[in-house]
Amino acid sequence: MKRKVSASIPVIVFVLLLAVIWEVGTSVFDVPHYIIPKLSDVFVSMWDNRALLGKHWLVTLWEALLGLGISIVIGTLAAIWIDRSTLARKTIYPLIVGSQTIPIIVLSPIMVMWFGYEIWSKITVVILFTFFSIAVNTADGFRSADPDIGALMKTMGASKRDLLLKWKLPSALPGFFTGLKMAAAFSVGGATLGEWLGGENGLGVYTKRASNMLRADAVFSGVLLLSAMGILLFLAALWLEKAVLAYRRT
Amino acid sequence: MADLNHAANEGKPLALSVRGLNFSFDGQLPLFHGLDFDIKQGEFVSILAASGIGKTTLFRLLSGLIAPQSGTIAIGEAAHSAAEAAAKRKIGYMPQKDSLMPWRTVLDNAALGLELAGTAKREARRQVMELLPSLGLEGTESKYPHELSGGMRQRVSFLRSLLGGGELFLLDEPFSALDAMTRVGMQEWLLQVWEQHRKTILFITHDVDEAILLSDRVLVAAESPIAKLSELKINLERPRSYEAALDHTFLELKRHLLEMLGRTAASRVGGSV
Repeated sequence: MKRKVSASIPVIVFVLLLAVIWEVGTSVFDVPHYIIPKLSDVFVSMWDNRALLGKHWLVTLWEALLGLGISIVIGTLAAIWIDRSTLARKTIYPLIVGSQTIPIIVLSPIMVMWFGYEIWSKITVVILFTFFSIAVNTADGFRSADPDIGALMKTMGASKRDLLLKWKLPSALPGFFTGLKMAAAFSVGGATLGEWLGGENGLGVYTKRASNMLRADAVFSGVLLLSAMGILLFLAALWLEKAVLAYRRT
Repeated sequence: MADLNHAANEGKPLALSVRGLNFSFDGQLPLFHGLDFDIKQGEFVSILAASGIGKTTLFRLLSGLIAPQSGTIAIGEAAHSAAEAAAKRKIGYMPQKDSLMPWRTVLDNAALGLELAGTAKREARRQVMELLPSLGLEGTESKYPHELSGGMRQRVSFLRSLLGGGELFLLDEPFSALDAMTRVGMQEWLLQVWEQHRKTILFITHDVDEAILLSDRVLVAAESPIAKLSELKINLERPRSYEAALDHTFLELKRHLLEMLGRTAASRVGGSV
């Protein structure tokens, strides 16, 4: 634990340094508050609107988590399918990779047309943002499974279920967590974008309204909270990875 | 003493009987052509062959991972086919690489075979713990494979095969990846362990000394496709240690084996010209 704290000292110092540059720079160069507000003003705005921000933050967090959860389920199932069927490997896998060339931002309004202004259009955008990295990284994890272990298990009379649960899935876990960490970070962006396109609640809605009113301090406070959410989700995924893959640390 | 051992094996039923084995990979030259050979229960038999002649393929056939084009493989007293024997867990296969699961401790790696056979986890772990000391693995049960040396990993791999299979053990060049010093240690270790358990072992190697040191019989495969295996009985006293390698008899056997390999190798070169 001590070592972990000391390892993060450089980045903490660096972030504090950037904060000081922001605060001092805006004053020294007299930057208009509607372009870049002073950092202290951002925090003041954050504190003044804490009840409202807290409510919106939880809405966005819930959308991100729900979308992420659904992506984990269908991404893993897709990876299992790709692993089991040569046809799926040759058709579905390239399609999923190719789908990343579609600008999701452009596609998102259609999600609103399909799923309305309620939570499901946001969830769908989160899934579009996160499904890819989970499916592809988990599929790559499956493919990295050592065939010698599988052959050995077959000589021991292993069933298909044994092979999946005791060989394929544990082999795919490192890939899955690589995908999950990326997806965790993407999920917040997906939820925010979904809210931007229309909705009543969430930090996406809050920042959009604030920007319409040229309240840069409120926009930045929303952005900081969104980025904190992304970092938190990423750290949660990282923590989960370390807990599950504890054998790698010994 | 040595003759007593062989006499003891003479009357024993067969652990493995191969008849008329034919196999080739699609569109390639045949690897086996009408191959016959037998192994009796409790025997330690080595197959000595140059690399790339199809040794590992033979093991994949014997463990039911692939099926022969024709011919029969009968394992154990019930004369199961290779696939049946694998399904009934009669085979202990020890692959060339240790193939341990990096996410499992020594204890759970070794218990894999028992676990697949449906043994309760607690009971499987008890059986592993019981054998760890005699295999020189005491105190390693909660370590992960990457924390062990190559030799120790092979011991765990052997223990996993020992607990996973019943009637026939197939060891595929298990020590070939180890450095020379470790290998000698592991050979002596295997001799000791074999003395304790007296399992039927078919051992593949390309190391002449290793084949002589360990085996009751050495089967030499010198030609490709392998149509027959020439046999040499190893009449060295048991229990053996690496000391035996300095013995006059050992050198005679070695000369004999090298001739069996060399003569046919020479004829093969002559034949192909």
